[in-house]
Amino acid sequence: MSEHHGRHARQERQAEVSRRVFLRRSSELSFAAAVTITAGGALLNASEAWALDVKGLQPQTMKTLILIARDIYPHDKVADRFYAVAMKSHDEKAASDPATKAQLEALVAGLDAAAGKGGYAGLGWESQRVALLRTVSASPMFETIRSGLIVSLYNNPEVWPIFGYEGESYSKGGYIKRGFDDIDWI
Amino acid sequence: MAAATFNQNDDSVVVIIGSGAGGGTLGNELAQKGINVVVLEAGERHEYTDFINDEWASFTQLAWKDPRTTSGSWRVSRNFPTLPAWIVKAVGGSTTHWAGASLRFQEHEFRTASVYGRIPGANLLDWPVTLAELEPYYARAEEKMGVTRTGGRPGLPGSNNFKIMKAGADKLGYKECHTGNMAINSLERDGRNSCQQTGFCFQGCKWGAKWSTLYTEIPKGEATGKMEVRPQSHVARIEHDASGKVTGVVYFDKDGKEQRQKARVVAVAGNSIESPRLLLNSASSKFPDGLANSSGQVGRNYMRHMTGSVYAVFDRPVHMYRGTTMAGIIRDEGRHDTSRGFAGGYEMETLSLGLPFLAAFLDPGAWGREFTTAIDGYSNMAGMWLVGEDMPQETNRITLSDVKDQYGLAVADVHFDDHANDIAMRSHAYKQGAAVYDAVGATRTFPTPPYPSTHNLGTNRMSANPRDGVVNKYGQTHDIKNLFVSDGSQFTSGGAENPTLTIVTLAIRQAEYIADQMKTKAI
Repeated sequence: MSEHHGRHARQERQAEVSRRVFLRRSSELSFAAAVTITAGGALLNASEAWALDVKGLQPQTMKTLILIARDIYPHDKVADRFYAVAMKSHDEKAASDPATKAQLEALVAGLDAAAGKGGYAGLGWESQRVALLRTVSASPMFETIRSGLIVSLYNNPEVWPIFGYEGESYSKGGYIKRGFDDIDWI
Repeated sequence: MAAATFNQNDDSVVVIIGSGAGGGTLGNELAQKGINVVVLEAGERHEYTDFINDEWASFTQLAWKDPRTTSGSWRVSRNFPTLPAWIVKAVGGSTTHWAGASLRFQEHEFRTASVYGRIPGANLLDWPVTLAELEPYYARAEEKMGVTRTGGRPGLPGSNNFKIMKAGADKLGYKECHTGNMAINSLERDGRNSCQQTGFCFQGCKWGAKWSTLYTEIPKGEATGKMEVRPQSHVARIEHDASGKVTGVVYFDKDGKEQRQKARVVAVAGNSIESPRLLLNSASSKFPDGLANSSGQVGRNYMRHMTGSVYAVFDRPVHMYRGTTMAGIIRDEGRHDTSRGFAGGYEMETLSLGLPFLAAFLDPGAWGREFTTAIDGYSNMAGMWLVGEDMPQETNRITLSDVKDQYGLAVADVHFDDHANDIAMRSHAYKQGAAVYDAVGATRTFPTPPYPSTHNLGTNRMSANPRDGVVNKYGQTHDIKNLFVSDGSQFTSGGAENPTLTIVTLAIRQAEYIADQMKTKAI
């Protein structure tokens, strides 16, 4: 079973991706244009107001990985910053493990080459990008990314309200007075 | 009265391995009869106030994560190769995690060989005990556990998820749909709260409303001064003397040091993967195939129930995660009716997962828009679990793997292939589950594959003839008089019903037998 990201580690990561109230993806620009790389090598989404320091990977690689994360588990209502948070652990691992860094860079380089001019992030249609992902989906690194996202994306309490999941219940007295049987349309 | 502690050299005690539905109940029942008991539990002791309303954090706290391997064609082996089962390593065993569904087996399910006839590939066998013999004990178990809709106890109220199931059941003409026979207090009872519809049943009930040996049998047993529960005591091996009588167990304590507890009687209740593993790992020169294994059936006939789930998305909110997870059932398909194309039957029970676990289990390995549009429907989603009788097969079995655990002991490999009867039943059940939801206007339904097994049965089964199984009608091993099995590995058939009530029932009866055998000095 993929490892559980402890609450402490998750909070640390989220603190490094500065928060705004936006939950939805607000930018009208394509991901490629919405996320820029600063002079200091960080990723910046000005309209959603988050920034991400990139530690182990090339900033462009990390930017592409965030888009890959969205393409693996696309939710139009979920803002880029949640995918960025979800992928942070790969950058951290790349910072301390050269083999991981090499595998991630190679994965992205391969997809960029296959995409042609503009690279993977330059392909405008999701279906084009997903077609490329399918060519690498049997690889161990793809599976590592995919299975990691199950926890790093969906086990984020800030993501839960987007889907209507209310999370912890006991401290609020359960649902006996909070709508456990409030369905009104059947 | 202070809790008992017994000397490790005290060979007058009954040693019970495991503190769940079987071990915890047996321990208390024996202690109430004045018999000294040491319960060795591999896991830690978390009190119910320690439970966590968070799926992954709770899994980390309670689930058995010691290594196991898997083999066979079942999908669990492909998607979760090291996690064949979602069960518990903690005081209280899987009664901390279970959903509370408490159904009696049906009469014919104790006689599957006679009733189903010969089914190629199925190692069917009649239990050496009948429903009639168990009925008084079922009644005592229901009373002990406070099962709703028995003994005058009212049913739990219906949640949104149940209301959808009921509306669909009514439209399809199903006749037996209600909020279940649940070992969850609908009213305060036995010094415990009533259900607050919290929706984290699988993560342990923080109100204590759901029955668990952790805060019922165990403290009651401890209060007699005759029962000691030792957590973080991982039994490695059962020892015997030259005559073949068991004499005690070797276990690893919380510091990883080997300890020995002597015993007059040993009862194995580690659930259906660890119990046969322990018997196999206890092989000796006198018993080269493992303890109690003259039949060769130790570890075999592993059953996990035909399971699967159906989730459905509607165009309006449901909030299925609110409320008692499994308080909803349709029983009509539980009958044995071969006109449907298979032997045995299945129950349809409400189920919900939180967002994190739904993402993990809805379609393991899947990605892309087909998957994410399903998840997008989360707050408009209803769900049910299909639990039915799977066929015992000799090749579905627990064996010792080449992999070793932290103590250098061979870990269990769980091999499973579906039987054709299981596949036919599951296919029918998926269709019927979807039909229930379609009848209420579902816009989309999903058949969900079986999860890592929460019901694990059959691997030390009861038999009349020692050739066919491991234990007799009292769970006493055929080969060794003072060695017993007290968990669901005793089951000769899986039935269509959730197993816990039957495990508790057998433990109550087994305690009487053990007490009698000890009194007459037969053991």
